[in-house]
Amino acid sequence: MGDDGFVEPALRLRQQDYLAIVGHCYDGLPDEACGMLAGRLQAGTLLPDGRVEAVYTCRNADASAKTYTVDSRDLIRALRDADSKGLELIGVFHSHTHTDAWPSPTDVRQAAEPNWLYVIVSLKDGDPVLRSFRITDGNIGEVPIVLES
Amino acid sequence: MTPVEVRVPTILRPHVGGVASLTAEGATIGELFDGLVARYPNLRGQLITEEGELHRFVNVYRNDDDIRYLGRLETPVSESDVVSIIPAVAGG
Repeated sequence: MGDDGFVEPALRLRQQDYLAIVGHCYDGLPDEACGMLAGRLQAGTLLPDGRVEAVYTCRNADASAKTYTVDSRDLIRALRDADSKGLELIGVFHSHTHTDAWPSPTDVRQAAEPNWLYVIVSLKDGDPVLRSFRITDGNIGEVPIVLES
Repeated sequence: MTPVEVRVPTILRPHVGGVASLTAEGATIGELFDGLVARYPNLRGQLITEEGELHRFVNVYRNDDDIRYLGRLETPVSESDVVSIIPAVAGG
């Protein structure tokens, strides 16, 4: 643990999961798209070890280009499947259709899980931009991303 | 009354001794939560509002069903049920 009290291992994402996330975000256009991430916690802590082991594409219950709410049925489906694999929900991804891959004030305000990774995919330019954050007590900390094969 | 398994999200685990799962007794979700708050006072305000309603920032499920579409806090539970708590996941 660092002096600032945070542990921020890189988010490690398999190429296939990266493509699943970005593909789901494009499929959701013109609305924001969202989904859940599952992985494992660092031993003895509530913090993810950073490796994404499963991606769950979910419906945006808001059906909106400006906000998202993970559909509650999709949320329990993700939790159940993660449970069955011995995994934990470790984060969420969602798209920004016309803004940068940076947490919006709404994202910060509604970030309920300080332990989670918040992945944002910006589709505003020609190529998707995917970044990852922890949001703790209103503070945004960027988490590096490592793409794995 | 029979014990019911309650799954706890990471954000609430520090309030319940660090465990991911515990058992509580009650015939309804509301009774389970009352029992949990009595045992773990730091849970107060995390699940139920001061007005006695389910907090809107939390999703609660009886097995695979969101209790907002069942009987909310009056939703009956039995021993074979698993109650899962997940923070609402939303943003902009």
